[in-house]
Amino acid sequence: MNPTNYLYLSALLFSIGAVGVIVRRNAIVVFMCIELMLNAANLAFVTFAKMNGNLEGQVIAFFTMVVAACEVVVGLAIIVSIYRSRRSASVDDASLLSR
Amino acid sequence: MTSSNLVYLIALPLFSSALLMLLGRKADKWGHVFATLVSASAFFVGVSEFLAMRDRPVEMRAVTQKLFSWISVGDFKVDAALLLDQLSISFVLLITGVGTLIHIYSIAYMSHDRDRRRFFAYLNFFIAAMLLLVLGDSYLNLYVGWEGVGLASYLLIGFWNQKPEYATAAKKAFVMNRVGDFGLSIAIMIAFATFGSVTFAGIEEKASGASETAMTAMGLMLLLAAVGKSAQFPLQAWLGDAMAGPTPVSALIHAATMVTAGVYLITRSNFVFDAAPSAQLAVVIIGVITLLFGAIIGMAKDDIKKALAASTMSQIGYMILATGFGPAGYAFAIMHLLTHGFFKAGMFLGAGSVMHGMNDEVNMRRYGALAKFMPITAITFGLGYLAIIGVPPFAGFYSKDKIIETAFNVGGVQGIIIGGAALLGAIITAFYMTRVMLLTFFGNKRWADDAHPHESPFLMWAPMAVLAIGSVASGYLLYSGKAFVTWLAPVVDKHKHEHVEFLPPIVVTILAVAAVVIGVSIALLKYRGEQSGEAPQDVNVLTRVARRDLLQDDANEFMFMRPGQKLTSLLLKTDESVIDGAVRGVGATALGSARGLRKLQTGYVRNYALLILIGALAILATIWVVTL
Repeated sequence: MNPTNYLYLSALLFSIGAVGVIVRRNAIVVFMCIELMLNAANLAFVTFAKMNGNLEGQVIAFFTMVVAACEVVVGLAIIVSIYRSRRSASVDDASLLSR
Repeated sequence: MTSSNLVYLIALPLFSSALLMLLGRKADKWGHVFATLVSASAFFVGVSEFLAMRDRPVEMRAVTQKLFSWISVGDFKVDAALLLDQLSISFVLLITGVGTLIHIYSIAYMSHDRDRRRFFAYLNFFIAAMLLLVLGDSYLNLYVGWEGVGLASYLLIGFWNQKPEYATAAKKAFVMNRVGDFGLSIAIMIAFATFGSVTFAGIEEKASGASETAMTAMGLMLLLAAVGKSAQFPLQAWLGDAMAGPTPVSALIHAATMVTAGVYLITRSNFVFDAAPSAQLAVVIIGVITLLFGAIIGMAKDDIKKALAASTMSQIGYMILATGFGPAGYAFAIMHLLTHGFFKAGMFLGAGSVMHGMNDEVNMRRYGALAKFMPITAITFGLGYLAIIGVPPFAGFYSKDKIIETAFNVGGVQGIIIGGAALLGAIITAFYMTRVMLLTFFGNKRWADDAHPHESPFLMWAPMAVLAIGSVASGYLLYSGKAFVTWLAPVVDKHKHEHVEFLPPIVVTILAVAAVVIGVSIALLKYRGEQSGEAPQDVNVLTRVARRDLLQDDANEFMFMRPGQKLTSLLLKTDESVIDGAVRGVGATALGSARGLRKLQTGYVRNYALLILIGALAILATIWVVTL
């Protein structure tokens, strides 16, 4: 099978994730879209590793997973604490920096 | 020759002044006595130096004392050193002698003032500064004393600075003096640039080799300095207002010593002026203008102290005029300075005594018939009066007669103009001084209702009596056998100039005495008998102008103050619009752009995410375009 198709899939997933981050307001959904983008990147790394016949891409994919796991922990903690204090998980409600 | 005593002349009063100021109220009880004793001891040091000097042969008479090395920069070295020669000792004796008498007088005069100790501290400081002025061996040392007496003058004019107009008078004197001080500092710079030296001896040595231009420039700058300090035209306006100070101050600083510093400066710089005939001519012109200017103001003043101040200005005009004649005139200028020191200080003290008895009234139209109630004051003042108008054989006759004679001896039309002006000045002097005498001591009583004139205490009339004796005798003592001219010749007339005679001395003497008779007669006709207690208002325009000090303040206001104010307001506007505008503009630009840029920061996460995405896409696009 032509590995380029994996790259197309990766680009598609990334775009869906990016659009989701930009247009959705629910913090959980935004968070999931970010995960989608990370995994799209992972898919691209693995594909490039396959195409070039070496292991660097595979290794970086593992690193990404570790970073993603940490990010999920911190991110979910923030979202939960914001929800607790504001009774809302909408990212637009947390726009205090503009004032 | 060197001596180690000179420093005590300055150190004693300086120490006493510092002590009295530092101890403050603790010294209130004995401060005045202490200051007077210190001043007297300085006088005794001066007398012993004078006696020692007199016993030495002529070429050994000048003594020096190096105190310490003051400035040492490369080849340029200035020592703080003192020089006592025939010229300085004349001043030392005048300053400490008259100064001590005025200290004694002030003990009684200021006895009701709560700040008497501070007054004596300032007086001692003045004595120290004035002695430094006349003892300095270089222009730089002289400059320190020059500024010191300016400061003392400022402090003492504004001694009663709780009255705002007195404080203003002090400020006026200080500012106008600064204009002259500029001249002195520039003259020092010219001396340094031309000769590489600022000592009198160093400059005199090289004076003959210098260009006349440099000498003229230096001479004119020195003249500017003298004009400021000695209240000569056109910097004369401060002297009248300086009468705001206590009367002993007017007697010591603004009659006998400080205002004559300009005459000292020109005489000391004789080597400069002798090499610069144009500067000498300027000196003569200034002298003639001022002697008439002061005399005319003196005719119109009703305030006894201001009349005397105008007279001081006029008499110093005579001295400045005499210094303009070169070696022929220096000795007579100093001689008139010394006799003037006696009779004018005596008359100022007399005026103070009159004010003391008349509840500080200064308006002569409110005096009258005081001779009966204050006989000693009237007699001492009268002796000073006879001296100043030049009645033989009183002191002023010898000194002023000699100046008029020297003026005629200039020769030609010039000599007749200058001599004529000096004679006219003598007529006016006789007129206004007779007016002062008649209005104050004779005629009808025109006192305020609560005035109880009485003779002043012994401590006040004793100094007046001593000064009156000086007014009588000093002229003859200095004149007889050319004593003073010979004494001063080694300093001011080293080359033994031939003095030509244009008119025989006896003719000039007759003219001078005739001038006195004319002036006195006019005044007698005008001011004899009953006088009104108010100044007449229906007077001609000349009198009005003279009462306004010949418009000196109006002229200064019109020529300097108003343009100065315009300039400052213009500069203020420039500062506000251009400089502040630029600074504020920078701030406003930053603020405005920040306001614009702030709109980008919405606080919505999606906006930031979109911007990051756009940025990433832009970078990718750039890479794609570059690598294409």
